[in-house]
Amino acid sequence: MCVVCGCADSGDGAVKAEGHAHGHEHGHEHGHEHEHGHGHVHVDPRHGDLHFGAGAARVSVPGMSQARTVKLEADILGENRRIAQSNRRHFESHGVTALNLLSSPGSGKTTLLCATIEALKARAPQVETRVIEGDQQTSFDADRIRATGAPAIQVNTGKGCHLDAPMVAEAFAQLHHHHHEHDHHHHHGHDEAAGSLLFIENVGNLVCPALWDLGEAAKVVVLSVTEGEDKPLKYPDMFAASELMVLNKIDLLPHLRFDVDRCIAAARQVNPALEVIQLSATTGEGMDAWLSWLLQRAAPDDAQAALRARVAALEAELAEARASLKG
Amino acid sequence: MHEASLAGGILKLVEDAARREGFRRVTGLRLEAGRLAGVEVRALRFALEAIAPGTVLQGADIAIEEPDGQAWCLPCAATVPLARRGDPCPQCAGHQLQPTGGTELRVVDLLVEDE
Repeated sequence: MCVVCGCADSGDGAVKAEGHAHGHEHGHEHGHEHEHGHGHVHVDPRHGDLHFGAGAARVSVPGMSQARTVKLEADILGENRRIAQSNRRHFESHGVTALNLLSSPGSGKTTLLCATIEALKARAPQVETRVIEGDQQTSFDADRIRATGAPAIQVNTGKGCHLDAPMVAEAFAQLHHHHHEHDHHHHHGHDEAAGSLLFIENVGNLVCPALWDLGEAAKVVVLSVTEGEDKPLKYPDMFAASELMVLNKIDLLPHLRFDVDRCIAAARQVNPALEVIQLSATTGEGMDAWLSWLLQRAAPDDAQAALRARVAALEAELAEARASLKG
Repeated sequence: MHEASLAGGILKLVEDAARREGFRRVTGLRLEAGRLAGVEVRALRFALEAIAPGTVLQGADIAIEEPDGQAWCLPCAATVPLARRGDPCPQCAGHQLQPTGGTELRVVDLLVEDE
């Protein structure tokens, strides 16, 4: 099958292998030409599974004419990366730690966020939390967040399958603007030094958002135990890009055949440095570990101070060593 | 289908170059999409063909090179080939791998005609 248009295109016949019924004529019009052929489709001889990334699909460079060549050597995601870097600086200057939350639809991201915001109110009331919600349509999720009292901005991507850095820049500006107006009315302006958390809930999609840097401090992938333990191997890019995997809905484990160890092993196969927290947003199990992780990320000043102290100590030691060398 | 967004990004890069370099038509576009870059090359090609009409890319030959994946294996202290994320090191069968090649996603060059 052609992954692009969904037609059972056979192209040059590579897919016809193994007697599977892929050999129909490609006679219908798609408005695009399949001149690239499908010679790179790899067919699994046992099950007839198709793998489109195995072969060497090369199209030759057109022959030189009097036309000239313009060297670009430009990163396709460069523009997004530039804006993401500016977001990152902006977040840092406001003492905001941004986390990009990624998962398939229905993994329980929004429920996790609501429970997290409530738990943070009790454990670390000085830490502000704000949320940017990405969905194709509706503001249902942002409404759920706002019900907890935390400021939230919904970003609807329309047909888009991911958030990008410009969307987040704009959403953050909105959030900031509204939030400060709000503070002003109540005459209790926050100083942002206490550190604040910005959760960016990406569009539910385990493929596309992996590529788009939003300016976050870390990507967090949420996987629920209802999804299957081999997902990290099926969708490796997302797990490779993340720093932490939250294994959610563990309260359901007694009802499922889900091998937690196998799931974690699969995730670490793709990303050996991946941290894992198992939790249930409904029962609260594992929430403490999650909050500790968040608070550690949200207080970079403490880490910086510790680092500065260490540098100072090492410099003193170095100075002492140098002095003894001279002697 | 993030390939549609990528195609938009490519078109923007090409149009910026057209303004800068003063050409009107692109006859050839050469891209690099590494095998570990998270891009489905067929979908990217389709997306490019879909947005090309009416732009400088109309009628352009699109060549997409797919550099092989490479990774640094920590235990082996060596660069090894890596076909897919999650695959083991071909030397030690371990997974302490850090991809170092095949992650690029860029426009290499353009063949242009001035009118």
